[in-house]
Amino acid sequence: MLYKHPEYRVMGDRSLLVELGNEIHVSIHERVRRLFLAVKQASLNTILDVVPGYCSLLLVFDPLTTTSNQIRKTIDDLFLDLDEFELPEPANIEIPVVYGSEYGPDLAWVASFHKTTPEDVIRRYTQTGYRVYMIGFTPGFPYMGELPENLQTPRKKTPRTAVPRGSVGLAQKQTGIYPAQSPGGWQIIGRTPLKLFNPLKNPPNLLEMGDRVRFFRISHEEMTHWQR
Amino acid sequence: MAAVKVLEITKPGPLTTIQDRGRFGFGPYGVAPSGAVDSFSLRVGNRLVGNGEDEAGLEITFAGPAVTALSEIAIAVTGADIQPRINTAPAPMWQALVMRKGERLSFKGIRNGLRAYLAVGGGINAEMVLGSRSTNLGSRFGGLSGRPLMKGDILSAHAPHLHLKTEGAALPFESISAHTPEVTLRIIFGPHHHHFGPEMLSTFGQSAFRVTEQLDRTGIRLKGPLIKEKEDLEKSIISEGVVSGAIQIPGDGQPIIILGETVTGGYRKIATVISADLYRLGQLRPENKVRFLPVSPDEARSALEEIETIIQGIKIKQI
Repeated sequence: MLYKHPEYRVMGDRSLLVELGNEIHVSIHERVRRLFLAVKQASLNTILDVVPGYCSLLLVFDPLTTTSNQIRKTIDDLFLDLDEFELPEPANIEIPVVYGSEYGPDLAWVASFHKTTPEDVIRRYTQTGYRVYMIGFTPGFPYMGELPENLQTPRKKTPRTAVPRGSVGLAQKQTGIYPAQSPGGWQIIGRTPLKLFNPLKNPPNLLEMGDRVRFFRISHEEMTHWQR
Repeated sequence: MAAVKVLEITKPGPLTTIQDRGRFGFGPYGVAPSGAVDSFSLRVGNRLVGNGEDEAGLEITFAGPAVTALSEIAIAVTGADIQPRINTAPAPMWQALVMRKGERLSFKGIRNGLRAYLAVGGGINAEMVLGSRSTNLGSRFGGLSGRPLMKGDILSAHAPHLHLKTEGAALPFESISAHTPEVTLRIIFGPHHHHFGPEMLSTFGQSAFRVTEQLDRTGIRLKGPLIKEKEDLEKSIISEGVVSGAIQIPGDGQPIIILGETVTGGYRKIATVISADLYRLGQLRPENKVRFLPVSPDEARSALEEIETIIQGIKIKQI
């Protein structure tokens, strides 16, 4: 449900959680993006950091110069004019992925879970576009959705201790890409040669919250070529 | 002004990293703040040697490294009592000292707490990555190539000679925090305290929790009475932003205190440690006992102002 008014919850004395809804849904996500961009544009010097989530925005502030009540008033004000706020168009980004074999060790399992073939899983996956709902977990990790119902797959029972960089995974309604090697429990169906996070660039991310993503298929040869 | 070589790492210690006050403003990209876990100690160290508070120092974990001075420098060791030695002589902590070229700084061992900090006059020079010199170990950037320090690493600082006259500046004895094995952390309930029944909130507020071995720069796992959400609720929540000090209750009902390497999470947070007590999280070690004391926003603010007064009260000779 999309809330009519934001619900405010304090997280200690230096951050405030602004909840705009209570489920993973496009309408809530768009509201979060709208508020996030409004906060960013207002460039409030009392706010040190902002973390957008699926349904919320976390505002981190300096507790010596402001209070959560003051931040709350600021957000209330921004919220009044939120519908008039002009949204920049989201970027459309196409991501090359090589599927299966050592790059997508769970592709066969995902196919059998949905009682179909790996080819069909790839077809279903590349047919739709996805939105970047939020970035989190590790720097640059995009939580994207929603997967078509016939691709929604539970997480692995036992997470892997090391998922390689660039791995493309599925978990319930979501799909994501591991920007760096890390532990992880998502079902890995393929790998992209693209670099999702580069701290030496600013902005450091390939994908931002709100971006639209489509995946296209590349061969093993193309993957090798890209890596060079 | 050119950077001058100031230290050579002759023994790295189990985990020594370059940290400053942290990396803020990159939350939308999933980038956590990192930074000194006991930021009070790093800030005091920087002030003692005449540095700006945003300079980087070394965060020493579990046990000391050994370093050799490559030029004449002012240093200060703060944080856990780690028993510093210059060559073979015991050296005081919480005080600006001068090391001459060729002298060796080593540490006999940590007697309480978990982390010590080494500040150097001029600040440890490392490349600014996304606005900070802090090492992000998980994603391997910041600090020195995003990694812990190794034997043979050479560190530099800007114009260290300008800081030598800070020698002798010290934090007043009464302001040095003792890291006792039993710690009371002041908290503010929320953001998800309403997901817990009144009896759970009182269990949480009245019990002692043991600090487990599962503790790093990402978080601290505690063990104690089971803390369970209300019955009709799901095990996890929809992922959202978190700050260090937030106390998560995962499915097993055992609290995890989040530290500065995490930016989002999918578990409910029953309460959050106040800013004034965050630095204490950096000194918790396995088998310590932790209790939580709810305070009001006003109390949280005065506690923070007290800390600021201590830090701003440190007087040094003008550089």
